Amino acid sequence: MTKERQTWMGLLARAPEDRLKALWAETGMTPAFSWLRAPEVGGVMLRGRTGGTGAAFNLGEMTVTRCALRLTDCGSVGHAYVQGRDKSKAEIAALADAILQSANAAVLQDKLLTPLQAEEVSRRTSRAGKAAATKVDFFTLVRGEDA
Amino acid sequence: MYVAVKGGERAIDNAHAWLAEERRGDQSVTELSVAQIREQLSLAVNRVMAEGSLYDPDLAALAIKQSRGDLIEAIFLIRAYRTTLPRFGASQPVDTAAMRCDRRISATFKDVPGGQILGPTFDYTHRLLDFKLAAEGEVDATASAPASDDPVPHVTGFLNRDGLIQQETPDDAPPPDLTREPLEFPATRSLRQQALARGDEGFLLGMAYSTQRGYARNHAFVGELRIGAVSVEMEIPELGFAIEIGEITLTECETVNQFTGSKTEPPQFTRGYGLIFGQSERKALSVALVDRALRWAELGEDFEAAPAQDEEFVLSHADNVQATGFLEHIKLPHYVDFQSELELIRCIRAEAQSAQHQEAAE
Repeated sequence: MTKERQTWMGLLARAPEDRLKALWAETGMTPAFSWLRAPEVGGVMLRGRTGGTGAAFNLGEMTVTRCALRLTDCGSVGHAYVQGRDKSKAEIAALADAILQSANAAVLQDKLLTPLQAEEVSRRTSRAGKAAATKVDFFTLVRGEDA
Repeated sequence: MYVAVKGGERAIDNAHAWLAEERRGDQSVTELSVAQIREQLSLAVNRVMAEGSLYDPDLAALAIKQSRGDLIEAIFLIRAYRTTLPRFGASQPVDTAAMRCDRRISATFKDVPGGQILGPTFDYTHRLLDFKLAAEGEVDATASAPASDDPVPHVTGFLNRDGLIQQETPDDAPPPDLTREPLEFPATRSLRQQALARGDEGFLLGMAYSTQRGYARNHAFVGELRIGAVSVEMEIPELGFAIEIGEITLTECETVNQFTGSKTEPPQFTRGYGLIFGQSERKALSVALVDRALRWAELGEDFEAAPAQDEEFVLSHADNVQATGFLEHIKLPHYVDFQSELELIRCIRAEAQSAQHQEAAE
């Protein structure tokens, strides 16, 4: 469960706000819930490593919005930590997290996660394809002394 | 001495209103949207995020609009906003080996596994003004090629395998944070990296260039320069596990520099490192060169009194918000300070004159 939950929480956090909102609206879900932590905008210090693999260092911060809520019907608790300052994105991500742990998970899997996943793969593939087109094929010219 | 003065409110209000009008410019020209700045001036946005030390493209674009394109002013706005944010925690160190690379080049190995990927670069352009851009128009479709899923390993990894380059040993100790503790010397390499990552690009470029011209001898090869997206992962205390909370673009530069060795270690290449928010390769390269120059003591090199070797000099002057704050404060009213100087010089002159009169009389 933890593994799956990590996967969907990551997918929801990385999703473009407009797509997440549009797909959520299409599900028609409007579950009643109460806030455990109302949406809050803050910063997370991002870290890197010297030389890519060495000692950790503080690179700079990133804006993050977080919230937590409980569904009224089933009591399922959802959390969200998402990049940026969009509180309604965080709310949808937390609602989705709660529903995905409940009996209604399958619907959301089909209507939200599957398309978000497909769109992310397509975005990444498109970028990787453009990068691949700029890959250099070196060939060594015949040098004077070889001629 | 600082003495409060009152007055000038109306003049200040009017000055700010005029500033707003000048910012807008000719109103018959379409107003710039924040989204246009974010999408079309993305390298300026990247610079503001890097030196503002806050990854948020929309905020950086807004700051650029508000500052009329004065990037240091925009960086100042971002730094000020950053201080209002509660800190949720720290991410796990980003895994740059897993970067989805837009660009990845090595100046040391022609046939590097994963390939040389040029990406959207200014390199090899002719630096001729393109007047087509002055007219609105569509851009040509970008070429695409099948991408491979092969890993794109770090170039320094190959040298590491042969023991030819100094190792970077993982260390997860919480690094010092100069946004929480004042910068103190001597600084650890981790602290220097944080200061350099948010330092002024122009200043660091100058420092890096000075090392190339011979002030601190450390000839650098670009082992690797990569630009692309990495996932940001963070341990969430209330969940008890780590999740990805977003994705950011980074530029990473690793330089391979000349040797060091000791009684216990055979001669090895040494390395410099730069990691910067966004697509910022000039800055990443500069940071890598300066990082290497600052490591002279740890690598047993001589201090040649080169500015780029002097961490107190480099780190104390790299921050453009600090620098401009101190520099620009001298244009604010210093009437009382100056009044005392005036009185002093009048006093000295009066004394000197009366001494002359006395001499003449005698």
